[in-house]
Amino acid sequence: MSVLVFADSTEGKFKKTAFEVVSYGKKVAEQLESNLVVLTINATDASELHKYGATKILTVANDSLSPFNAKQYAAVLTQVANKENATVVVVDSSIDSLYLAPIVAVNLEAGYASNTVALPTSTSPFTVKRKAFSNKAFSNTVITTDKKIIGLAKNSFGIHENPAEGTTENFDAEIATSGIKSESIERVTGKVTIADADTVVSAGRGLKGPENWPMIEELAEVLNAATACSKPVSDLGWRPHSEHVGQTGKPVASNLYIAIGISGAIQHLAGINASKVKVVINTDPEAPFFKAADYGVVGDAFEVIPQLIEKLKAFKAA
Amino acid sequence: MKILVCISHVPDTTSKINFTNNDAEFDKNGVQFVINPYDEFCLTRAMWFKEKQGATVTVVNVGGTETEPTLRKALAIGADDAIRVNTNPADGFLVAKELAAVVKNGGYDLVLAGKESADYNGQMVPGMLASLTDFNFINGCVAMEVEGTSVTAKREIDGGNQTVTTNLPLVVGGQKGIVEEKDLRIPNMRGIMMARKKPLQVLEPTGAAASTSISSFEKPVPKGAVKLVDADNLDELINLLHNEAKVI
Ligand SMILES: Cc1cc2nc3c(=O)[nH]c(=O)nc-3n(C[C@H](O)[C@H](O)[C@H](O)COP(=O)(O)OP(=O)(O)OC[C@H]3O[C@@H](n4cnc5c(N)ncnc54)[C@H](O)[C@@H]3O)c2cc1C
Ligand SMILES: Nc1ncnc2c1ncn2[C@@H]1O[C@H](COP(=O)(O)O)[C@@H](O)[C@H]1O
Repeated sequence: MSVLVFADSTEGKFKKTAFEVVSYGKKVAEQLESNLVVLTINATDASELHKYGATKILTVANDSLSPFNAKQYAAVLTQVANKENATVVVVDSSIDSLYLAPIVAVNLEAGYASNTVALPTSTSPFTVKRKAFSNKAFSNTVITTDKKIIGLAKNSFGIHENPAEGTTENFDAEIATSGIKSESIERVTGKVTIADADTVVSAGRGLKGPENWPMIEELAEVLNAATACSKPVSDLGWRPHSEHVGQTGKPVASNLYIAIGISGAIQHLAGINASKVKVVINTDPEAPFFKAADYGVVGDAFEVIPQLIEKLKAFKAA
Repeated sequence: MKILVCISHVPDTTSKINFTNNDAEFDKNGVQFVINPYDEFCLTRAMWFKEKQGATVTVVNVGGTETEPTLRKALAIGADDAIRVNTNPADGFLVAKELAAVVKNGGYDLVLAGKESADYNGQMVPGMLASLTDFNFINGCVAMEVEGTSVTAKREIDGGNQTVTTNLPLVVGGQKGIVEEKDLRIPNMRGIMMARKKPLQVLEPTGAAASTSISSFEKPVPKGAVKLVDADNLDELINLLHNEAKVI
C-alpha cells in the first residue's frame, strides 16, 4: 500500500504547490502507516523533493509528455498508482492537476475530493474538509471507494521541510494517445502569475481608468506580487481578463492580498477568501470590504499608493 | 453537429449560504437558483453554433424536479430541447456517469460543460465525462471554432494561453472567453413563450453510485475586526504586515 503524490512542474521547474503536496502526502502516509511515493514528469531536478519528505521518487522523462496533456498524464499516473498499489493519490490544484485528477479518478474508479484544505480528519471513514459554495463554506466529505484521490487546495497546508533520504528511479511509462495537438503557447514572461504569487495586488473601479495602473504595477513590483483586478475592470477592458479575480474569475489563495479601490462585493470576496491576510485601501469607510479585511486604510488610493511604494522601497532597502 | 450543454442548477452568486438539519444539509430557503455562470457562457456559444452552423442544442441536468425552471430558462435562451435525469446529483462521479449514458445514447458530437459549478465546486464533471465517453477533452476553454470535425481552441494555462487542435467528438470545460460577457443571452418574452412548448424529457437514472458523501457542512470562522491604520501613518501598516502578519 502506498500514498502516491504527483509533483507537478512547468518547463522542468517545480511549482511551489509541488512542495506543498509532498509535505502533505508525507503526513497522510504517516496517518495511514503506508509508504510515500512521489511521481514527477519531465522535472529537471527531482532530488529537491527529498527536502519535503519524499523517500521514493519515480521520474518519467519523455518528450511526448511536453507540454502537459491531461489524458497522457492521467495514463502515466494511473500506471504508477497501479504498480505501487496506491490507495491514496494526492495532486495539487494547479490548472494542470484540475484537468488530470478527474480522469485518474475514472481510471482508478476512485472517489475524488477536490479543493481539500486539511489533512484527513479521519481515515476510517476517510473524511476530508473541502471548500464549497465558492469559499463561503466547507464540506466534510467522506470518500467511500477503496481508492481515493485528494486535490489539495493551494496554500491550505503549507510547505513543511522534513528532509529525508531516498531513491530516485526512472519509471518506464507507456505513453497513451492524447487526441489533442498543442499548436502554440503564449505565456507572459517575467511576470508573477496569480496562481504562483505569495502576494497579489488588486485594484478595482476606484482607480478610475487604465491610465492609473502604473502605480499598481509598481507596488506589485516592489512586493514581487502579481497584479489582479475586479470584474468590472476587466469587463471595461482596463485590464486583461486573465487578471479578473473572484467567484467567476480566478481564485486567489495568496499569503497577502491587497485590495485597492474595490468595494468588496460578495462575488469578489468569494474568490479571494482563501487568501491569508487581506489589506483594504478605500476612500469609503463603509465599503463592505473592510468587514472581510485584516488591515485597512481609509484613504484615497492616489495619495496612499505612491507613499506606500516609497515607504516599502525604504523598508526593503533597510 | 449535435451539441449537448450540461447545466448545473446553483444558488445565485449573491446567495447567503446557510445549513439546516444539524449542518448536514444546504438550506434552500429563500435561495434563488440560476444556471451556473460558466454554463451560461457555454450555452451562449452553443447558440452561436446553432445560428451560424446549423447545430442542434440539447441541454441536460442531473437533478430533481426543482431544476426544471432552470432548464426552461435554458430553453428560453434558445436550446432546442432539454433532458432531466431524475436523480439526486449526490457527487460529481455519479453526475458524470449519468451524463455519459445520455451522451452515448444521444450520439452527441460536442459536449459543453462549465469548468466548475458554483455550489460544490467539484471541478470534475467535464474531465470524468471525457474519460467515461473516451471523447477528446479541452478544459479551461476560452475560445473555440469547429469546422467539419476539426476543432481549434484556446485554453487557459498558468500565466497564459495554449492553442490546441483536436477533433470531434469532444468534451469542453468552458469559461468566460468562450463568449464574452456582453454577448450572454437573456431570455426575451418570445423565447419564454416558446420554451413552454419545447420538449423536456425526463429520463430515469442508470443507477450509478456516488463515490463520496457529505457528512456535514461548516462555515468559515468569523473574522476578527479589521485593524485600521491612519493614511498618514503607513509605516505602521508596514510594521504590522512585517512583524504581526509576517507576510512581507
Ligand atoms: C454573476 C456575477 C458574478 C460576479 N463575479 C465577480 C467576480 O468574480 N469578481 C468581481 O470582482 N466581481 C464580480 N461581480 C461583480 C460584483 O458584484 C461587483 O460589481 C464588483 O466586484 C465591483 O467592482 P469594484 O469593487 O471594482 O467597483 P465598485 O463597486 O464600483 O467599487 C469601487 C470602490 O472604489 C472605492 N474608491 C473610489 N475612489 C477611490 C479612491 N480614489 N481611492 C480608493 N478607493 C476608491 C469606492 O469607495 C468603492 O468602494 C459579479 C457579479 C455578478 C452579478
Ligand atoms: N447535476 C448536474 N447536471 C448537469 N450538469 C452538471 C451537473 N453538475 C455539474 N454539471 C456540469 O459540470 C460542470 C462542472 O461541474 P463540477 O464538476 O460539479 O464543478 C458544470 O459547469 C456543469 O456544466
